[in-house]
Amino acid sequence: MKHLPTLFRHELRVLLVAPSTYVAGVLALFIMGFFYFYVVIETAVREQETPPSELFFGTFWIPVLLIVPMLTMRSIAEERRLGTLQTLMTTPVSAAEVVTSKFLAAYTFYIVLWACAGAYPLIAASVLGRETAGHVLLEPGPLLGGYAFVCLTGTLFVAVGIFSSSLTRSQLVAGMLSFSVIFLLIVGVLAVKAVGSNMEALPLLTDEGLGYIQIFEHFEDFTRGVIDTRPVVYYLSGTVLVLALSTLVVESRA
Amino acid sequence: MASTTSNIEARSLSKYYGSQTAIKDLSFSVTKGEVVGFLGPNGAGKTTTMRILAGLLPATSGEAYVAGHAVACDPSAAKRNIGYMPEQNPLPEDMRVAEYLRFRARLKEVPRREIRRRVGEAMELCDLHRKAARKIIGALSKGFRQRVGIADAILGHPDVTILDEPTIGLDPHQIILMRKLIDRLRERTTMILSSHILAEVEMSCDRVLILSHGRLVAEGTHTALRDEFIRNTRYRAEILGNESDVRAEIEAVSPDVQIVSRRTDPVDGFVTFEMETPARENLSEPLLARLHAAPSLRVRAFERVNPRLEDIFLAATQRSWEIEAGGEANGRPHPPPAKPR
Repeated sequence: MKHLPTLFRHELRVLLVAPSTYVAGVLALFIMGFFYFYVVIETAVREQETPPSELFFGTFWIPVLLIVPMLTMRSIAEERRLGTLQTLMTTPVSAAEVVTSKFLAAYTFYIVLWACAGAYPLIAASVLGRETAGHVLLEPGPLLGGYAFVCLTGTLFVAVGIFSSSLTRSQLVAGMLSFSVIFLLIVGVLAVKAVGSNMEALPLLTDEGLGYIQIFEHFEDFTRGVIDTRPVVYYLSGTVLVLALSTLVVESRA
Repeated sequence: MASTTSNIEARSLSKYYGSQTAIKDLSFSVTKGEVVGFLGPNGAGKTTTMRILAGLLPATSGEAYVAGHAVACDPSAAKRNIGYMPEQNPLPEDMRVAEYLRFRARLKEVPRREIRRRVGEAMELCDLHRKAARKIIGALSKGFRQRVGIADAILGHPDVTILDEPTIGLDPHQIILMRKLIDRLRERTTMILSSHILAEVEMSCDRVLILSHGRLVAEGTHTALRDEFIRNTRYRAEILGNESDVRAEIEAVSPDVQIVSRRTDPVDGFVTFEMETPARENLSEPLLARLHAAPSLRVRAFERVNPRLEDIFLAATQRSWEIEAGGEANGRPHPPPAKPR
Protein backbone atom coordinates (compact mmCIF):
# COMPACT_ATOMS: atom_id res chain seq x y z
CA MET A 1 0.00 0.00 0.00
CA LYS A 2 2.98 2.34 -0.44
CA HIS A 3 1.40 4.07 -3.44
CA LEU A 4 -1.78 4.83 -1.51
CA PRO A 5 -0.87 8.41 -0.43
CA THR A 6 0.07 9.36 -4.02
CA LEU A 7 -3.08 7.81 -5.44
CA PHE A 8 -5.25 9.31 -2.68
CA ARG A 9 -3.92 12.84 -3.37
CA HIS A 10 -4.52 12.31 -7.08
CA GLU A 11 -8.07 11.09 -6.49
CA LEU A 12 -8.86 14.05 -4.25
CA ARG A 13 -7.64 16.32 -7.02
CA VAL A 14 -9.74 14.48 -9.60
CA LEU A 15 -12.82 14.92 -7.39
CA LEU A 16 -12.01 18.60 -6.85
CA VAL A 17 -11.96 19.32 -10.59
CA ALA A 18 -15.02 17.20 -11.42
CA PRO A 19 -18.24 19.18 -11.94
CA SER A 20 -20.33 16.30 -10.55
CA THR A 21 -18.67 16.79 -7.14
CA TYR A 22 -19.88 20.37 -6.92
CA VAL A 23 -23.33 19.52 -8.26
CA ALA A 24 -23.59 16.78 -5.63
CA GLY A 25 -22.32 19.13 -2.91
CA VAL A 26 -24.64 22.02 -3.73
CA LEU A 27 -27.72 19.83 -4.19
CA ALA A 28 -27.03 17.82 -1.05
CA LEU A 29 -26.42 20.90 1.09
CA PHE A 30 -29.52 22.56 -0.34
CA ILE A 31 -31.67 19.53 0.45
CA MET A 32 -30.13 19.09 3.89
CA GLY A 33 -30.65 22.81 4.55
CA PHE A 34 -34.26 22.53 3.49
CA PHE A 35 -34.85 19.57 5.81
CA TYR A 36 -33.14 21.30 8.70
CA PHE A 37 -35.25 24.41 8.16
CA TYR A 38 -38.39 22.24 8.15
CA VAL A 39 -37.25 20.46 11.33
CA VAL A 40 -36.61 23.79 13.12
CA ILE A 41 -40.04 25.12 12.05
CA GLU A 42 -41.75 21.90 13.21
CA THR A 43 -39.93 22.04 16.56
CA ALA A 44 -40.93 25.68 17.00
CA VAL A 45 -44.60 25.18 16.03
CA ARG A 46 -45.44 22.09 18.06
CA GLU A 47 -43.75 20.37 20.92
CA GLN A 48 -41.65 17.39 19.79
CA GLU A 49 -40.59 14.38 21.80
CA THR A 50 -37.73 13.77 19.42
CA PRO A 51 -34.79 16.20 19.46
CA PRO A 52 -34.38 18.27 16.23
CA SER A 53 -31.00 16.68 15.47
CA GLU A 54 -32.55 13.22 15.49
CA LEU A 55 -35.38 14.41 13.24
CA PHE A 56 -32.82 15.91 10.87
CA PHE A 57 -30.59 12.84 10.72
CA GLY A 58 -33.74 10.72 10.19
CA THR A 59 -33.80 12.09 6.65
CA PHE A 60 -30.18 10.96 6.04
CA TRP A 61 -31.16 8.58 3.26
CA ILE A 62 -32.35 11.30 0.89
CA PRO A 63 -29.01 13.18 0.69
CA VAL A 64 -27.18 9.82 0.72
CA LEU A 65 -29.07 8.67 -2.37
CA LEU A 66 -28.01 11.87 -4.07
CA ILE A 67 -24.44 12.33 -2.83
CA VAL A 68 -23.02 8.81 -3.10
CA PRO A 69 -23.87 8.04 -6.75
CA MET A 70 -22.67 11.47 -7.87
CA LEU A 71 -19.39 11.22 -5.97
CA THR A 72 -18.58 7.66 -7.00
CA MET A 73 -20.08 7.08 -10.45
CA ARG A 74 -17.11 8.69 -12.21
CA SER A 75 -14.35 7.03 -10.21
CA ILE A 76 -13.59 3.78 -12.05
CA ALA A 77 -16.13 3.89 -14.90
CA GLU A 78 -14.65 7.05 -16.39
CA GLU A 79 -11.08 5.78 -16.05
CA ARG A 80 -12.09 2.60 -17.80
CA ARG A 81 -13.88 4.50 -20.58
CA LEU A 82 -10.87 6.76 -21.18
CA GLY A 83 -8.39 3.89 -20.87
CA THR A 84 -6.41 5.61 -18.08
CA LEU A 85 -7.14 2.67 -15.77
CA GLN A 86 -5.08 0.51 -18.14
CA THR A 87 -2.21 3.02 -18.04
CA LEU A 88 -2.43 3.08 -14.25
CA MET A 89 -2.20 -0.70 -14.08
CA THR A 90 1.04 -0.73 -16.09
CA THR A 91 2.80 0.84 -13.07
CA PRO A 92 3.67 -1.20 -9.98
CA VAL A 93 0.44 -0.15 -8.20
CA SER A 94 -1.99 -2.89 -7.22
CA ALA A 95 -5.72 -2.99 -7.95
CA ALA A 96 -6.37 -2.90 -4.18
CA GLU A 97 -4.45 0.39 -3.91
CA VAL A 98 -6.40 1.87 -6.82
CA VAL A 99 -9.77 0.86 -5.34
CA THR A 100 -8.86 1.92 -1.79
CA SER A 101 -7.62 5.34 -2.93
CA LYS A 102 -10.83 5.97 -4.85
CA PHE A 103 -12.89 4.84 -1.86
CA LEU A 104 -10.97 7.04 0.60
CA ALA A 105 -11.20 10.11 -1.63
CA ALA A 106 -14.96 9.73 -2.17
CA TYR A 107 -15.50 8.97 1.52
CA THR A 108 -13.51 12.08 2.50
CA PHE A 109 -15.77 14.24 0.35
CA TYR A 110 -18.84 12.49 1.73
CA ILE A 111 -17.73 13.31 5.28
CA VAL A 112 -16.81 16.90 4.32
CA LEU A 113 -20.34 17.41 2.96
CA TRP A 114 -21.93 16.11 6.17
CA ALA A 115 -19.51 18.22 8.19
CA CYS A 116 -20.70 21.28 6.24
CA ALA A 117 -24.26 20.38 7.27
CA GLY A 118 -23.03 20.68 10.86
CA ALA A 119 -23.12 24.42 10.32
CA TYR A 120 -26.95 24.39 10.22
CA PRO A 121 -27.53 23.85 13.96
CA LEU A 122 -24.83 26.42 14.74
CA ILE A 123 -26.40 29.00 12.41
CA ALA A 124 -29.91 28.26 13.69
CA ALA A 125 -28.76 28.50 17.32
CA SER A 126 -26.97 31.80 16.73
CA VAL A 127 -29.97 33.30 14.88
CA LEU A 128 -32.59 32.06 17.37
CA GLY A 129 -30.44 32.79 20.40
CA ARG A 130 -28.25 30.33 22.23
CA GLU A 131 -30.16 30.69 25.49
CA THR A 132 -33.64 30.08 24.10
CA ALA A 133 -32.97 27.45 21.40
CA GLY A 134 -29.31 26.55 21.73
CA HIS A 135 -29.75 23.80 24.30
CA VAL A 136 -32.33 22.04 22.10
CA LEU A 137 -30.62 22.53 18.76
CA LEU A 138 -27.11 21.76 19.98
CA GLU A 139 -27.97 18.83 22.27
CA PRO A 140 -24.72 16.84 21.97
CA GLY A 141 -26.07 13.27 22.37
CA PRO A 142 -28.26 12.99 19.25
CA LEU A 143 -25.90 15.22 17.29
CA LEU A 144 -22.83 13.08 17.94
CA GLY A 145 -24.84 9.85 17.60
CA GLY A 146 -26.21 11.08 14.26
CA TYR A 147 -22.76 11.93 12.97
CA ALA A 148 -21.31 8.60 14.16
CA PHE A 149 -24.14 6.83 12.31
CA VAL A 150 -23.59 8.83 9.12
CA CYS A 151 -19.82 8.20 9.22
CA LEU A 152 -20.27 4.48 9.79
CA THR A 153 -23.00 3.85 7.21
CA GLY A 154 -21.15 6.07 4.74
CA THR A 155 -18.35 3.52 4.47
CA LEU A 156 -20.72 0.88 3.10
CA PHE A 157 -22.64 3.27 0.84
CA VAL A 158 -19.48 4.75 -0.70
CA ALA A 159 -18.01 1.25 -1.14
CA VAL A 160 -21.21 0.21 -2.99
CA GLY A 161 -20.81 3.29 -5.21
CA ILE A 162 -17.20 2.38 -6.02
CA PHE A 163 -18.20 -1.22 -6.74
CA SER A 164 -20.98 -0.09 -9.10
CA SER A 165 -18.49 2.15 -10.89
CA SER A 166 -16.08 -0.76 -11.31
CA LEU A 167 -18.67 -2.82 -13.17
CA THR A 168 -19.26 -0.55 -16.16
CA ARG A 169 -17.73 2.05 -18.49
CA SER A 170 -20.80 4.26 -18.29
CA GLN A 171 -21.06 6.84 -15.51
CA LEU A 172 -24.82 6.91 -15.92
CA VAL A 173 -25.16 3.15 -15.49
CA ALA A 174 -22.80 3.26 -12.50
CA GLY A 175 -24.81 6.06 -10.89
CA MET A 176 -28.14 4.28 -11.44
CA LEU A 177 -26.73 1.01 -10.16
CA SER A 178 -25.36 2.50 -6.94
CA PHE A 179 -28.61 4.45 -6.41
CA SER A 180 -30.63 1.22 -6.76
CA VAL A 181 -28.40 -0.86 -4.48
CA ILE A 182 -28.27 1.81 -1.76
CA PHE A 183 -32.04 2.28 -2.07
CA LEU A 184 -32.52 -1.47 -1.60
CA LEU A 185 -30.17 -1.48 1.39
CA ILE A 186 -31.99 1.38 3.11
CA VAL A 187 -35.62 1.08 2.03
CA GLY A 188 -35.74 -2.46 0.61
CA VAL A 189 -34.94 -4.14 3.91
CA LEU A 190 -37.59 -2.01 5.60
CA ALA A 191 -40.13 -3.08 2.99
CA VAL A 192 -39.21 -6.75 3.27
CA LYS A 193 -39.52 -6.54 7.03
CA ALA A 194 -42.94 -4.95 6.72
CA VAL A 195 -44.32 -7.67 4.45
CA GLY A 196 -41.95 -10.52 5.17
CA SER A 197 -43.63 -12.32 8.07
CA ASN A 198 -44.39 -15.31 5.82
CA MET A 199 -40.81 -15.63 4.53
CA GLU A 200 -39.26 -16.96 7.69
CA ALA A 201 -38.08 -20.10 5.97
CA LEU A 202 -34.95 -18.20 4.96
CA PRO A 203 -32.68 -17.56 7.95
CA LEU A 204 -31.78 -13.98 6.96
CA LEU A 205 -35.43 -13.06 6.50
CA THR A 206 -36.42 -13.73 10.10
CA ASP A 207 -37.22 -10.68 12.21
CA GLU A 208 -33.87 -11.01 13.95
CA GLY A 209 -31.97 -11.36 10.69
CA LEU A 210 -33.70 -8.42 9.09
CA GLY A 211 -33.17 -6.38 12.25
CA TYR A 212 -29.45 -6.99 11.97
CA ILE A 213 -29.31 -5.32 8.53
CA GLN A 214 -32.14 -2.84 9.14
CA ILE A 215 -30.44 0.54 8.78
CA PHE A 216 -33.26 2.59 10.39
CA GLU A 217 -33.02 0.46 13.53
CA HIS A 218 -29.31 1.16 13.70
CA PHE A 219 -30.08 4.85 13.32
CA GLU A 220 -32.44 4.85 16.28
CA ASP A 221 -29.85 3.07 18.44
CA PHE A 222 -27.11 5.51 17.50
CA THR A 223 -29.16 8.67 18.14
CA ARG A 224 -30.19 7.28 21.54
CA GLY A 225 -26.55 6.77 22.35
CA VAL A 226 -26.68 2.96 22.12
CA ILE A 227 -23.63 1.91 20.16
CA ASP A 228 -23.83 -1.82 19.58
CA THR A 229 -20.85 -3.62 18.03
CA ARG A 230 -23.10 -5.63 15.67
CA PRO A 231 -23.93 -2.78 13.28
CA VAL A 232 -20.28 -1.67 13.42
CA VAL A 233 -19.21 -5.17 12.34
CA TYR A 234 -21.98 -5.25 9.71
CA TYR A 235 -20.98 -1.98 8.04
CA LEU A 236 -17.23 -2.44 8.25
CA SER A 237 -17.22 -6.07 7.10
CA GLY A 238 -19.69 -5.16 4.35
CA THR A 239 -17.39 -2.33 3.25
CA VAL A 240 -14.34 -4.60 3.16
CA LEU A 241 -16.27 -7.27 1.23
CA VAL A 242 -17.59 -4.81 -1.36
CA LEU A 243 -14.15 -3.20 -1.79
CA ALA A 244 -12.57 -6.65 -2.20
CA LEU A 245 -15.10 -7.45 -4.92
CA SER A 246 -14.29 -4.14 -6.63
CA THR A 247 -10.59 -5.03 -6.50
CA LEU A 248 -11.28 -8.37 -8.17
CA VAL A 249 -13.30 -6.64 -10.89
CA VAL A 250 -10.54 -4.07 -11.53
CA GLU A 251 -7.88 -6.80 -11.57
CA SER A 252 -9.78 -8.95 -14.03
CA ARG A 253 -11.00 -6.19 -16.36
CA ALA A 254 -8.20 -3.59 -16.43
CA MET B 1 14.48 -19.28 -15.79
CA ALA B 2 14.81 -16.35 -18.16
CA SER B 3 17.85 -15.98 -20.36
CA THR B 4 20.46 -13.55 -18.97
CA THR B 5 21.10 -11.87 -22.31
CA SER B 6 17.43 -11.32 -23.14
CA ASN B 7 15.47 -8.41 -21.77
CA ILE B 8 12.24 -9.82 -23.12
CA GLU B 9 11.46 -13.46 -23.52
CA ALA B 10 8.22 -15.08 -24.58
CA ARG B 11 7.91 -18.86 -24.42
CA SER B 12 4.98 -20.56 -26.11
CA LEU B 13 2.59 -17.75 -25.26
CA SER B 14 -1.03 -18.42 -26.11
CA LYS B 15 -4.14 -16.41 -25.43
CA TYR B 16 -7.68 -17.52 -26.14
CA TYR B 17 -10.88 -15.50 -25.81
CA GLY B 18 -13.41 -18.31 -25.61
CA SER B 19 -13.07 -20.17 -28.90
CA GLN B 20 -11.19 -17.23 -30.50
CA THR B 21 -7.41 -17.54 -30.70
CA ALA B 22 -5.64 -14.23 -30.20
CA ILE B 23 -2.10 -15.63 -30.15
CA LYS B 24 -0.89 -19.19 -30.33
CA ASP B 25 2.42 -20.69 -29.27
CA LEU B 26 4.34 -17.46 -29.65
CA SER B 27 8.03 -17.63 -28.75
CA PHE B 28 10.62 -14.93 -29.25
CA SER B 29 13.28 -13.03 -27.35
CA VAL B 30 14.70 -9.54 -27.52
CA THR B 31 18.25 -8.88 -26.38
CA LYS B 32 19.38 -5.86 -24.39
CA GLY B 33 19.47 -2.62 -26.34
CA GLU B 34 17.65 -4.00 -29.36
CA VAL B 35 14.82 -2.15 -31.10
CA VAL B 36 12.32 -4.66 -32.42
CA GLY B 37 9.33 -3.94 -34.61
CA PHE B 38 6.07 -5.87 -34.42
CA LEU B 39 4.35 -6.12 -37.76
CA GLY B 40 1.11 -7.76 -38.64
CA PRO B 41 -2.31 -7.15 -40.12
CA ASN B 42 -5.17 -6.02 -37.88
CA GLY B 43 -6.10 -8.77 -35.42
CA ALA B 44 -2.72 -10.48 -35.77
CA GLY B 45 -2.16 -10.41 -32.01
CA LYS B 46 0.37 -7.58 -31.69
CA THR B 47 -1.50 -5.63 -29.02
CA THR B 48 -2.45 -8.82 -27.14
CA THR B 49 1.22 -9.82 -27.00
CA MET B 50 2.24 -6.37 -25.81
CA ARG B 51 -0.49 -6.32 -23.16
CA ILE B 52 0.66 -9.71 -21.88
CA LEU B 53 4.26 -8.48 -21.68
CA ALA B 54 3.09 -5.33 -19.85
CA GLY B 55 1.25 -7.45 -17.28
CA LEU B 56 -2.17 -6.11 -18.24
CA LEU B 57 -3.50 -9.38 -19.56
CA PRO B 58 -2.81 -12.91 -18.33
CA ALA B 59 -1.75 -15.41 -20.97
CA THR B 60 -3.81 -18.58 -21.24
CA SER B 61 -0.58 -20.57 -21.37
CA GLY B 62 3.13 -19.99 -21.80
CA GLU B 63 5.63 -17.79 -20.00
CA ALA B 64 6.73 -14.20 -20.42
CA TYR B 65 9.81 -12.65 -18.84
CA VAL B 66 10.68 -8.96 -18.68
CA ALA B 67 14.20 -8.09 -17.48
CA GLY B 68 14.45 -11.56 -15.99
CA HIS B 69 11.18 -11.33 -14.02
CA ALA B 70 8.28 -13.63 -14.80
CA VAL B 71 5.35 -11.37 -15.66
CA ALA B 72 2.76 -13.82 -14.28
CA CYS B 73 4.56 -14.70 -11.01
CA ASP B 74 6.10 -11.35 -10.16
CA PRO B 75 4.08 -8.69 -11.97
CA SER B 76 5.25 -5.83 -9.72
CA ALA B 77 8.93 -6.50 -10.44
CA ALA B 78 8.20 -6.85 -14.15
CA LYS B 79 6.20 -3.59 -14.15
CA ARG B 80 9.05 -1.76 -12.40
CA ASN B 81 11.23 -2.60 -15.40
CA ILE B 82 8.77 -1.76 -18.12
CA GLY B 83 7.53 1.42 -19.74
CA TYR B 84 4.38 0.92 -21.79
CA MET B 85 2.51 3.26 -24.07
CA PRO B 86 -0.84 1.75 -25.11
CA GLU B 87 -2.23 2.11 -28.61
CA GLN B 88 -4.72 4.91 -27.97
CA ASN B 89 -2.34 6.51 -25.44
CA PRO B 90 -5.05 7.43 -22.93
CA LEU B 91 -4.14 10.46 -20.84
CA PRO B 92 -6.06 12.47 -18.24
CA GLU B 93 -7.43 15.49 -20.08
CA ASP B 94 -7.48 17.87 -17.15
CA MET B 95 -3.88 17.62 -15.90
CA ARG B 96 -0.88 19.66 -16.95
CA VAL B 97 1.96 17.80 -18.66
CA ALA B 98 4.57 18.34 -15.93
CA GLU B 99 2.05 17.61 -13.17
CA TYR B 100 1.01 14.35 -14.86
CA LEU B 101 4.60 13.22 -15.34
CA ARG B 102 5.43 13.98 -11.69
CA PHE B 103 2.42 11.89 -10.63
CA ARG B 104 3.50 9.03 -12.88
CA ALA B 105 7.10 9.26 -11.60
CA ARG B 106 5.86 8.81 -8.02
CA LEU B 107 3.82 5.76 -9.07
CA LYS B 108 6.85 4.33 -10.84
CA GLU B 109 8.76 4.59 -7.58
CA VAL B 110 11.28 7.14 -8.82
CA PRO B 111 13.13 8.33 -5.66
CA ARG B 112 11.58 11.54 -4.32
CA ARG B 113 14.79 13.55 -4.82
CA GLU B 114 15.10 12.33 -8.39
CA ILE B 115 11.57 13.15 -9.54
CA ARG B 116 12.20 16.73 -10.68
CA ARG B 117 15.34 15.76 -12.60
CA ARG B 118 13.80 12.69 -14.23
CA VAL B 119 10.68 14.56 -15.31
CA GLY B 120 12.82 17.36 -16.73
CA GLU B 121 15.03 14.85 -18.52
CA ALA B 122 12.07 12.97 -20.05
CA MET B 123 10.42 16.21 -21.14
CA GLU B 124 13.63 17.45 -22.71
CA LEU B 125 14.17 14.18 -24.53
CA CYS B 126 10.64 14.29 -25.90
CA ASP B 127 10.85 18.01 -26.64
CA LEU B 128 8.14 18.87 -24.13
CA HIS B 129 10.24 21.16 -21.95
CA ARG B 130 9.28 24.44 -23.58
CA LYS B 131 5.68 25.64 -23.79
CA ALA B 132 4.07 22.21 -23.62
CA ALA B 133 5.22 21.50 -20.05
CA ARG B 134 2.63 23.81 -18.53
CA LYS B 135 -0.16 23.05 -20.95
CA ILE B 136 -3.30 21.09 -20.08
CA ILE B 137 -3.04 17.66 -21.74
CA GLY B 138 -6.53 17.99 -23.24
CA ALA B 139 -5.34 21.04 -25.21
CA LEU B 140 -2.35 19.28 -26.80
CA SER B 141 -2.14 18.14 -30.42
CA LYS B 142 -1.96 14.43 -31.25
CA GLY B 143 1.81 14.63 -31.79
CA PHE B 144 2.43 16.21 -28.39
CA ARG B 145 0.11 13.72 -26.70
CA GLN B 146 2.17 10.89 -28.21
CA ARG B 147 5.30 12.53 -26.83
CA VAL B 148 3.72 12.76 -23.38
CA GLY B 149 2.97 9.02 -23.65
CA ILE B 150 6.58 8.25 -24.56
CA ALA B 151 7.93 10.58 -21.84
CA ASP B 152 5.77 8.67 -19.36
CA ALA B 153 7.01 5.33 -20.68
CA ILE B 154 10.69 6.26 -20.20
CA LEU B 155 10.32 8.14 -16.89
CA GLY B 156 11.30 5.23 -14.70
CA HIS B 157 14.41 4.44 -16.78
CA PRO B 158 12.88 1.07 -17.69
CA ASP B 159 14.93 -1.77 -19.11
CA VAL B 160 12.14 -2.41 -21.58
CA THR B 161 9.94 0.11 -23.39
CA ILE B 162 6.88 -1.05 -25.30
CA LEU B 163 5.25 1.41 -27.68
CA ASP B 164 2.02 0.27 -29.31
CA GLU B 165 1.53 2.17 -32.57
CA PRO B 166 3.51 5.28 -31.55
CA THR B 167 3.08 6.91 -34.96
CA ILE B 168 -0.64 6.28 -35.43
CA GLY B 169 -2.55 9.41 -36.40
CA LEU B 170 0.56 11.57 -36.81
CA ASP B 171 1.28 13.74 -39.83
CA PRO B 172 4.52 13.11 -41.83
CA HIS B 173 6.37 15.90 -40.01
CA GLN B 174 5.43 14.46 -36.61
CA ILE B 175 6.37 10.96 -37.82
CA ILE B 176 9.90 12.20 -38.62
CA LEU B 177 10.14 13.76 -35.15
CA MET B 178 8.90 10.53 -33.59
CA ARG B 179 11.52 8.56 -35.54
CA LYS B 180 14.24 10.87 -34.24
CA LEU B 181 12.91 10.42 -30.72
CA ILE B 182 13.01 6.62 -31.05
CA ASP B 183 16.60 6.92 -32.32
CA ARG B 184 17.53 9.00 -29.26
CA LEU B 185 16.06 6.32 -26.98
CA ARG B 186 17.94 3.55 -28.73
CA GLU B 187 20.90 3.56 -26.33
CA ARG B 188 18.81 3.77 -23.17
CA THR B 189 16.35 0.91 -23.36
CA THR B 190 15.30 -2.25 -25.13
CA MET B 191 12.33 -1.35 -27.26
CA ILE B 192 9.42 -3.11 -28.88
CA LEU B 193 7.22 -1.04 -31.13
CA SER B 194 4.35 -1.92 -33.36
CA SER B 195 3.34 0.04 -36.40
CA HIS B 196 1.25 -0.21 -39.52
CA ILE B 197 3.69 2.05 -41.32
CA LEU B 198 6.20 -0.45 -42.65
CA ALA B 199 8.72 2.19 -43.70
CA GLU B 200 8.69 3.36 -40.10
CA VAL B 201 9.61 -0.07 -38.78
CA GLU B 202 12.19 -0.51 -41.51
CA MET B 203 13.94 2.70 -40.51
CA SER B 204 13.66 2.48 -36.73
CA CYS B 205 14.07 -1.19 -35.91
CA ASP B 206 17.05 -3.53 -35.76
CA ARG B 207 14.85 -6.57 -36.16
CA VAL B 208 11.31 -7.34 -37.20
CA LEU B 209 8.76 -9.86 -35.90
CA ILE B 210 5.90 -10.52 -38.29
CA LEU B 211 2.69 -11.87 -36.79
CA SER B 212 -0.26 -13.25 -38.62
CA HIS B 213 -3.34 -14.90 -37.14
CA GLY B 214 -1.68 -14.97 -33.74
CA ARG B 215 1.41 -16.82 -34.95
CA LEU B 216 4.94 -15.63 -35.50
CA VAL B 217 5.41 -16.12 -39.23
CA ALA B 218 8.78 -14.43 -39.71
CA GLU B 219 11.55 -13.05 -37.55
CA GLY B 220 14.89 -11.48 -38.30
CA THR B 221 16.74 -8.48 -39.64
CA HIS B 222 15.56 -6.81 -42.80
CA THR B 223 18.34 -8.49 -44.82
CA ALA B 224 17.68 -11.94 -43.38
CA LEU B 225 13.96 -11.65 -44.06
CA ARG B 226 14.63 -10.45 -47.59
CA ASP B 227 16.85 -13.47 -48.18
CA GLU B 228 14.23 -15.81 -46.75
CA PHE B 229 11.12 -14.46 -48.42
CA ILE B 230 12.26 -12.66 -51.57
CA ARG B 231 14.17 -15.14 -53.69
CA ASN B 232 14.21 -13.15 -56.94
CA THR B 233 16.40 -10.15 -57.68
CA ARG B 234 14.67 -7.34 -59.50
CA TYR B 235 16.15 -4.68 -61.83
CA ARG B 236 14.49 -1.64 -63.33
CA ALA B 237 15.64 0.17 -66.48
CA GLU B 238 14.29 3.04 -68.57
CA ILE B 239 15.13 2.29 -72.20
CA LEU B 240 14.18 3.69 -75.61
CA GLY B 241 14.15 0.90 -78.21
CA ASN B 242 12.51 -2.36 -79.23
CA GLU B 243 11.60 -4.87 -76.56
CA SER B 244 13.02 -7.70 -78.66
CA ASP B 245 16.42 -5.95 -78.69
CA VAL B 246 16.24 -5.46 -74.92
CA ARG B 247 15.36 -9.13 -74.42
CA ALA B 248 18.23 -10.21 -76.66
CA GLU B 249 20.73 -8.10 -74.73
CA ILE B 250 19.66 -9.25 -71.26
CA GLU B 251 19.52 -12.90 -72.35
CA ALA B 252 23.08 -12.52 -73.55
CA VAL B 253 24.07 -11.61 -69.97
CA SER B 254 22.00 -14.31 -68.33
CA PRO B 255 19.25 -16.47 -69.79
CA ASP B 256 17.47 -16.46 -66.40
CA VAL B 257 16.70 -12.74 -66.52
CA GLN B 258 13.07 -12.23 -67.54
CA ILE B 259 11.13 -9.06 -68.29
CA VAL B 260 8.17 -9.11 -65.90
CA SER B 261 6.57 -5.74 -66.60
CA ARG B 262 6.81 -2.74 -68.90
CA ARG B 263 5.34 0.77 -68.79
CA THR B 264 5.72 3.32 -71.61
CA ASP B 265 6.15 7.02 -70.89
CA PRO B 266 3.59 8.68 -73.21
CA VAL B 267 5.66 11.88 -73.47
CA ASP B 268 9.02 10.63 -74.74
CA GLY B 269 8.40 6.94 -75.53
CA PHE B 270 10.89 5.57 -72.99
CA VAL B 271 9.81 2.22 -71.56
CA THR B 272 10.34 1.27 -67.92
CA PHE B 273 11.22 -2.45 -67.91
CA GLU B 274 11.17 -4.50 -64.75
CA MET B 275 13.36 -7.61 -64.91
CA GLU B 276 13.64 -10.50 -62.50
CA THR B 277 16.14 -13.28 -62.02
CA PRO B 278 16.41 -16.05 -59.45
CA ALA B 279 20.21 -15.50 -59.44
CA ARG B 280 21.46 -14.02 -56.11
CA GLU B 281 24.58 -12.37 -57.53
CA ASN B 282 24.41 -8.73 -58.54
CA LEU B 283 24.09 -8.47 -62.33
CA SER B 284 23.70 -4.70 -62.40
CA GLU B 285 27.08 -3.95 -63.95
CA PRO B 286 27.06 -6.49 -66.85
CA LEU B 287 23.41 -5.75 -67.62
CA LEU B 288 23.96 -2.00 -67.70
CA ALA B 289 27.15 -2.34 -69.76
CA ARG B 290 25.43 -4.58 -72.28
CA LEU B 291 22.31 -2.41 -72.63
CA HIS B 292 24.40 0.74 -72.85
CA ALA B 293 26.64 -0.72 -75.58
CA ALA B 294 23.73 -1.79 -77.79
CA PRO B 295 23.50 0.75 -80.68
CA SER B 296 19.73 0.34 -81.08
CA LEU B 297 18.98 1.12 -77.41
CA ARG B 298 19.20 4.32 -75.34
CA VAL B 299 19.36 3.80 -71.58
CA ARG B 300 18.64 6.74 -69.29
CA ALA B 301 18.17 4.95 -65.95
CA PHE B 302 19.06 1.62 -64.40
CA GLU B 303 18.76 0.33 -60.83
CA ARG B 304 18.66 -2.80 -58.76
CA VAL B 305 15.35 -2.73 -56.87
CA ASN B 306 15.74 -3.52 -53.18
CA PRO B 307 12.66 -5.31 -51.87
CA ARG B 308 10.75 -3.19 -49.39
CA LEU B 309 9.62 -4.45 -46.04
CA GLU B 310 6.13 -4.25 -47.49
CA ASP B 311 7.01 -7.00 -50.00
CA ILE B 312 8.51 -9.14 -47.24
CA PHE B 313 5.48 -8.53 -45.06
CA LEU B 314 3.08 -9.50 -47.84
CA ALA B 315 5.11 -12.61 -48.70
CA ALA B 316 5.32 -13.70 -45.05
CA THR B 317 1.64 -13.16 -44.24
CA GLN B 318 0.55 -14.73 -47.52
CA ARG B 319 2.65 -17.78 -46.77
CA SER B 320 1.04 -18.09 -43.34
CA TRP B 321 -2.43 -17.87 -44.90
CA GLU B 322 -1.51 -20.55 -47.40
CA ILE B 323 -0.22 -22.76 -44.61
CA GLU B 324 -3.39 -22.20 -42.62
CA ALA B 325 -5.64 -22.85 -45.63
CA GLY B 326 -3.64 -25.98 -46.47
CA GLY B 327 -3.82 -27.16 -42.85
CA GLU B 328 -7.57 -26.69 -42.69
CA ALA B 329 -8.09 -28.43 -46.03
CA ASN B 330 -6.01 -31.42 -44.99
CA GLY B 331 -7.23 -31.45 -41.42
CA ARG B 332 -3.66 -31.01 -40.26
CA PRO B 333 -2.97 -28.32 -37.66
CA HIS B 334 0.73 -27.75 -38.46
CA PRO B 335 1.58 -28.42 -42.11
CA PRO B 336 5.14 -27.96 -43.36
CA PRO B 337 5.98 -24.43 -44.52
CA ALA B 338 5.20 -23.66 -48.15
CA LYS B 339 8.03 -22.77 -50.48
CA PRO B 340 8.79 -19.06 -50.37
CA ARG B 341 8.40 -17.13 -53.54
